[in-house]
Amino acid sequence: MIKAILIFNNHGKPRLSKFYEHYSEDTEQQIIRETFHLVSKRDENVCNFLEGGMLIGGSENKLIYRHYATLYFVFCVDSSESELGILDLIQVFVETLDKCFENVCELDLIFHVDKVHNILAEMVMGGMVLETNMNEIITQVDAQNKMEKSEFSSFFSLYRRLSFSLPGRTGRHRLVLQVPLLVPCLP
Amino acid sequence: MALKIVKGSIDRMFDKNLQDLVRGIRNHKEDEAKYISTCIDEIKQELKQDNIAVKANAVCKLTYLQMLGYDVSWAAFNIVEVMSSSKFTYKRIGYLAASQCFHESTDVIMLTTNQIRKDLSSPNQYDTGVALTGLSCFVTPDLARDLANDIMTLMSHTKPYIRKKAVLIMYKVFLKYPESLRPAFPRLKEKLEDPDPGVQSAAVNVICELARRNPKNYLSLAPLFFKLMTSSTNNWVLIKIIKLFGALTPLEPRLGKKLIEPLTNLIHSTSAMSLLYECVNTVIAVLISLSSGMPNHSASIQLCVQKLRILIEDSDQNLKYLGLLAMSKILKTHPKSVQSHKDLILQCLDDKDESIRLRALDLLYGMVSKKNLMEIVKKLMLHVDKAEGTTYRDELLTKIIDICSQSNYQYITNFEWYISILVELTRLEGTRHGHLIASQMLDVAIRVKAIRAFAVAQMATLLDNAHLLTGNTQRNGICEVLYAAAWICGEFSEHLEDPLSTLEAMLRPKVATLPGHIQAVYVQNAAKLFATVLRGQEGAPADRTVAQETSQLLIDRLPLFVQSANLEVQERASCILQLVKYIQKLQQKDVEVAEEVTALFAGELNPVAPKAQKKVPVPEGLDLDAWINEPPSESESEDEGRKPKGKAVFAKEESKHTKPRYTEVDEKELAKRREVRKAEQANNPFYIKASPSSQKVYQDGVGVEHIPVVQIDLSVPLKVPDQYVKLEEERRQKDKADKKKKDKKKRREKGEKGRRRKGDSGPESEEDITPAHMVDITTEEMPENALPSDDDEKDPNDPHKALDIDLDKPLADSEKKLPVRTHRPDEVLRSPVDDGEGVEVVPELKKKSGKEKKDKKKDKDRKKSKEEKKKKKHKHEEGENLMGAGSEVPVQSEDSNEVAAPPPATTTNEEAAKVSEAPSASTPEAVSGMAVVPPDSEPEEAKDTEPEDTKSSKHKKKKQKKEKEEKEKKKKKKHHHHHHHSDGAGDESVQNGNVEEEEPLPPMSNYALLAENSYIKMMCDIQGNLQDGSQVVVSVIFENKCDSFIKAMEFNVLDSLNSKLQRPEGAGPHDGLTVPFQLPPGISNEARFVFSVQSIVMPQKLKGTLTFIVKTDDSSTHEKLDFKLHFTCTSYLITTPCYSDAYAKLLESGDLKGSSLKLEGVSQPFHHLLARICFHHHFSVVERIGSCASMYSRSIQGHHVCLLVKTADQTVSIDAKCDEPGLLGNVLDEIKLTFSQC
Repeated sequence: MIKAILIFNNHGKPRLSKFYEHYSEDTEQQIIRETFHLVSKRDENVCNFLEGGMLIGGSENKLIYRHYATLYFVFCVDSSESELGILDLIQVFVETLDKCFENVCELDLIFHVDKVHNILAEMVMGGMVLETNMNEIITQVDAQNKMEKSEFSSFFSLYRRLSFSLPGRTGRHRLVLQVPLLVPCLP
Repeated sequence: MALKIVKGSIDRMFDKNLQDLVRGIRNHKEDEAKYISTCIDEIKQELKQDNIAVKANAVCKLTYLQMLGYDVSWAAFNIVEVMSSSKFTYKRIGYLAASQCFHESTDVIMLTTNQIRKDLSSPNQYDTGVALTGLSCFVTPDLARDLANDIMTLMSHTKPYIRKKAVLIMYKVFLKYPESLRPAFPRLKEKLEDPDPGVQSAAVNVICELARRNPKNYLSLAPLFFKLMTSSTNNWVLIKIIKLFGALTPLEPRLGKKLIEPLTNLIHSTSAMSLLYECVNTVIAVLISLSSGMPNHSASIQLCVQKLRILIEDSDQNLKYLGLLAMSKILKTHPKSVQSHKDLILQCLDDKDESIRLRALDLLYGMVSKKNLMEIVKKLMLHVDKAEGTTYRDELLTKIIDICSQSNYQYITNFEWYISILVELTRLEGTRHGHLIASQMLDVAIRVKAIRAFAVAQMATLLDNAHLLTGNTQRNGICEVLYAAAWICGEFSEHLEDPLSTLEAMLRPKVATLPGHIQAVYVQNAAKLFATVLRGQEGAPADRTVAQETSQLLIDRLPLFVQSANLEVQERASCILQLVKYIQKLQQKDVEVAEEVTALFAGELNPVAPKAQKKVPVPEGLDLDAWINEPPSESESEDEGRKPKGKAVFAKEESKHTKPRYTEVDEKELAKRREVRKAEQANNPFYIKASPSSQKVYQDGVGVEHIPVVQIDLSVPLKVPDQYVKLEEERRQKDKADKKKKDKKKRREKGEKGRRRKGDSGPESEEDITPAHMVDITTEEMPENALPSDDDEKDPNDPHKALDIDLDKPLADSEKKLPVRTHRPDEVLRSPVDDGEGVEVVPELKKKSGKEKKDKKKDKDRKKSKEEKKKKKHKHEEGENLMGAGSEVPVQSEDSNEVAAPPPATTTNEEAAKVSEAPSASTPEAVSGMAVVPPDSEPEEAKDTEPEDTKSSKHKKKKQKKEKEEKEKKKKKKHHHHHHHSDGAGDESVQNGNVEEEEPLPPMSNYALLAENSYIKMMCDIQGNLQDGSQVVVSVIFENKCDSFIKAMEFNVLDSLNSKLQRPEGAGPHDGLTVPFQLPPGISNEARFVFSVQSIVMPQKLKGTLTFIVKTDDSSTHEKLDFKLHFTCTSYLITTPCYSDAYAKLLESGDLKGSSLKLEGVSQPFHHLLARICFHHHFSVVERIGSCASMYSRSIQGHHVCLLVKTADQTVSIDAKCDEPGLLGNVLDEIKLTFSQC
């Protein structure tokens, strides 16, 4: 079981938090802080597994994380999950984000956390891995986005498109947020 | 103008969307909190608007704020509103918000039941998907129970996308509603072989998760998984399966043997490291489970160790980590194979990665032997010095203690060395583990008698240097060792060289800054030391002044403690102060007091196992749960209060160690009481009388004998020659770790020469090291007839415990269907043959048994709070009881006129609130289903045309097709779940896999309009109650149609001779029942009422009235609505499946009377016709061939009703048989009516 999925940046700012067990908002923030504290002090070339923090589950649980450019992707899982499997899953997740956002960077996650949630929902459901095939995930996400578009009249969609296009990457945001999470693959 | 309004609203609508909010927050870095609070105010305004788009936008923003840590539970109702939007876009926003912030105590969750049900059966697969995803995050026991059937249906949906989600969510449903596991399991099992890999993977996922918690119940699935493992190529699935096997093999070693080969093949062939790793892990699990006498498996062990070594040597830190992790598993059973890689593991201790170092530490634990213990500990001590982070250092500290103390100090050959290690550890700054070190010191000092002199000397030095330990407030954790030091010095003071100076050290003013519990021990042990000093001095009567000076010292210093804020310290100090004052008086009179004072503290202590108290068997005839005195206030507080405290004493320590028995002083009083009790029980054979030497009352509360203990004294007294003590003293002063080792070697050699003991070294005797000291007791002391109980570790609160359900046992008839509390409690399948009593037993008997069941249930309710933690043994029963309000209702005895009705509390429980989702009353079928049948219609006499034997032979012929037919039957069954919401998607799933191309069924509902006025609409459904043959449950949906609040609804029915409304005890026969809810405008809700009926042969009509208060802003008016309840004979029938052979037997029995019916001009397709009969008249299809079908149903009183339905040229002929002709005639009339109306 996956207990929680957290994405935060190098400064510990949460970009997405998904808890599959209920905690109060305060505890959630504490968990994010604690996890950030644990993860951020680790060097780049150490292993990606951490014995769980105090707050979330204790010794049963493990933190499995990956660090991409400016973001940490942390999965808190129990002993039934394969460690290497989850590492692969994080990779699939980020690659999927990359496909859906085209060269995904932190800015995309900042402004479209709802979309990230929707993508995540196609991969993990209630703490269990639902789908690991990237094409299948993208197909379902696209189909739902298409549905969403079709539900709006042209007037609405125009307006929405306008409003969505505003916070794009052309703004005056700091360049650091635009670092692509995935280094483009060389042929 | 109109356009302007639209435009305006749209402008407002997108005033600030999520992106704007995010941008705003980013632009207000300095006053973020203030900015967000204005945003929340805006959101509150937006939520007040009627426009759903505005609301959805607001909810979307709230979801973001929730992530930032803002509580948004206040908007829960708005979230529900957005969830119920018909637009997917908004629905998705709503469900996302709900999944982020709803939880079990969110009260609006109960409003969502119907919305979710509707979404689950939506024709749009993404509506369903989004609902499933959301539900998986916030499913509650109520939701799980109410929706289990709907989700089970979705498991057979045509779309794999839905199937996989439905399968996955079942795990959550099982957790919240364990009763659903058995009924749902067969279908879940089917999904293991689903053509879609995603669904298959989901099913494997769920079963693995279930099996991990209760593996033994899933052993029977092993062959299936084995097949999957050898056929599947999906690494995800493989990993899950292989992990599952890892959990199963310990239970079934034969399985393990079979696994070795394919797993070894996979290890050799796979390129995926994740898979390789899991294979190695499972092979290890297999090897652990196999008995050690299997030489041919050493190859597998070698393979594993070799692969792991490759992983550990890999440059990838992840593989290194996992390699070490797996290695530690091998270590437990095959330490030899791992020990050869000691170099590699010690190397990992130097790794820069803390996780890897910790793993390596774990491994070291199992790798120590008598030979290498000192070497390894020395290396660890070096790491302790180097370690920077306190967490890692603490980890090292606990590991050192673990390593040394493991298996009863098995590897320690020299306890002087160990004590000095412990003393050295006290120099660690800021450790949290002072308590652990202290308990080790106590343990060693108590259990290793030979070491006491040495230990006491060390402790005396510690006490002398206490200021070093307590100097810094940050070091507080370590001052716990002073607790041990003081106690050891006091208790074994005879070994002290200079008790007086130690006494002086213990009474320094600085001591008053220590924590209270340590001061208390100081004071108490000062008294012990005082006794020792007196004895020493009085031996030499020449110098009495020393003794008197000592008394004076105590009298001078103790007042400091008498003033202590700590009650414990205060009390002990003042007692002892008075005692010393008295002694001083005697001393001044030259009276010899030493002997009396020493007597206060005489006696030997025994170590007692931590669980000893728990293991004392309960004497026969003693019921610990029974009240001793009726008012339960004081009598229990003793037992209950003591237990956790007793635990707390030990909980802080590692349970692996043997604990010294020291007790906190507030137990003193209890201990005394216990002594009294013990005296009373002296003649009881269950109490072991302690030997006189150990029978000692300790007034000081240290080592109070709570537990009868058998004295086990295995030790041969040892004398450590003085020179070694001195050596040790010198060594300590030099304090060099490397020198220590030499000392030890010397000592060891001498030790070997000097003393030979028969030891407990047992299998280790092959090692040429003789321990210098023997651990006093090899096993912890236990009461003689201790009960072997192993369930100590199990956590009674584990939700998975409830899922420990035997899945191999064939489903009992009553559980084939989910015992869901739906509107249709009739759907529990029951086959007449499986349950023979159904044929013979007369109704009265059945009623009785039902009654008994309920009585049991009532008892259970009473005990519930106690029993909650226990395993649910009567799961089946409880499940049934969940099915309807009826079950909660006290049974009404038919002879008495006393009336019973559901207690209000239960009904409240039953309510399933609905948001604006009124049942589709407009469906004509719904109305016709409940149509009035003339009450006076005479049963038609038998004009059976078809001889029974031909019928039955036909059935036999049909047997081959049985399977196919059963599938269909299931499909029919599914229709029932769809209630009034059955629609496109539902039908799709029903049609799934059907051979024939059949057009979908129109939606059907059994809810018929009961009455309606401008305020309120009542829809009702009448169902027989399965539990009680004389009860009928009427579910009424009340819908508020007006704009005002409706409250104080009272439901009343004029009873007839045959049918009575069940009212609560004490209510008169004409009193109405209060509807346990109020209705806000536009809301509908459902309540159930139970009626008792005597005869079910005839249909009935009951007149009733609903009175209620309509409350508007300024006024409230009383209103009433009259209605007529029609109890058709159909409502006494319960859908019951029947196998064709049982059906044939039933027809052959000849007990049934026949009747028949012909319907002309029925144009609908045959399967619709059957579905209609199934749905409206509660029949199930036994077999169907072409245009001919046999059907079965059973009445609540156990009458069998069999139908043979044939159709040709728009004519439907129904031949029917029943053992109650009256009932049959009425049922046929009702069927006729159903078809005449469509």
